[in-house]
Amino acid sequence: MTPSPTASDAAVIEAFAGIPGLLERAPALIARGRALDCECLLGTLDHPFHISIRSGRIVDLTPAPVLMRSWRFSYRATAAAWLEYWKPAPKPGWHDLLALTKLEQAALEGDLHPFMTHLQYFKDVLALPRRHGSAVPA
Amino acid sequence: MTGHIEPMVGRYVHVDIDGEMHRIYFEENGAGIPLVCLHTAGSDGRQWRHLLGDEEFSKRFRIIAFDMPWHGKSNPPSSWTGEEYRLTTARYTATIRAFCHALGLQKPVVMGCSIGGRIVLNLAIDHAREFRALIGLEAADFQAPWYDTSWLHRPDVHGGEICAALVSGLIAPQGPEVSRRETLWSYMQGGPGVFKGDLHFYRVDGDLRGRVGKIDTGVCPLYLLTGEYDFSCTPEDTRRTAAAIGGASVTIMEQLGHFPMSENPGQFRRYIAPVLSEILKQSTTSTKQGAHV
Repeated sequence: MTPSPTASDAAVIEAFAGIPGLLERAPALIARGRALDCECLLGTLDHPFHISIRSGRIVDLTPAPVLMRSWRFSYRATAAAWLEYWKPAPKPGWHDLLALTKLEQAALEGDLHPFMTHLQYFKDVLALPRRHGSAVPA
Repeated sequence: MTGHIEPMVGRYVHVDIDGEMHRIYFEENGAGIPLVCLHTAGSDGRQWRHLLGDEEFSKRFRIIAFDMPWHGKSNPPSSWTGEEYRLTTARYTATIRAFCHALGLQKPVVMGCSIGGRIVLNLAIDHAREFRALIGLEAADFQAPWYDTSWLHRPDVHGGEICAALVSGLIAPQGPEVSRRETLWSYMQGGPGVFKGDLHFYRVDGDLRGRVGKIDTGVCPLYLLTGEYDFSCTPEDTRRTAAAIGGASVTIMEQLGHFPMSENPGQFRRYIAPVLSEILKQSTTSTKQGAHV
């Protein structure tokens, strides 16, 4: 059974829900993902989202689980990791998606090809709440 | 002439490495104690341009940065017929010693970053008497791997994009955006498989655990400086390495990551200036005491 969201989970969930809108305001970032069509699972360990990307745009973001819905790769991190990652200057080791996996605060799973071909794109998309910090509690 | 011309000069030197001549590109500026700078894996000597152009340091040091074969403006050797490039400890050591010999450098200081920091430890183990001082940036005897290097060289992944994207996280968030982009630009420009080939030394061939205890800092002083944001060679990796070496100096640099000299040159200068000053002071003392310097 999926545990109920904590206050930190709720803050991260709210921030994630805002990412598609933030991405729409970043045309250069969308352009970098122009060759990317992908189904992925992103978010916190217990409350991730199914995300559909088409030509670099997030066209769907739905809370998991969704019955029998597939995804190619998943990047999930602790709520604490996301909240630190979105700070203007995260502390050492919490400042990068792969630093977080090394720190075992995040898990990267599945078919990594779309993630690796668009690594900087995903780093930047998932950092959007940092630049638009209003969704993240201080 | 109205344009600003920077003081460093670039030239080529022909270097015999393991019996084969290599045309090596290097840049230099200044006069005094030779200071040879080694770039990181998959990059080139441009990383050192701020140090090379430093007005104060160049008054007392002859600052030299060369591109390793396969990197920057140093081509692969003429014997290369397309086989996979793989850097080894022996080859890297031979290249540095041959370059210093070709330029006729007398007891140079060698400062290397990342793989350059690792090889500096090997120079300290096996060839300490040839050097006046050794400086390892982001240096350790071993680091735990954090990604599969096969992603760096495969036809269905853009090499320049993936190399830069992987190392982008090693840069501290506080650095200037322009320096961050410049640091990544050289990673976008490396030849296919070169970054991966350098990491063969780093990940497979160059494990120095158990060997660094042989380093005698009485023969050649050793300075280790690591950025707090470097999660590849962490401060803990450097501290662990230094703990096995008597007399090694360790500095953890704030607001810096894996590429201190290029990602935030101003911040790096604050940390390297006292090290160079100490080396200068030791050299002056040695000269006064009649020692060969």
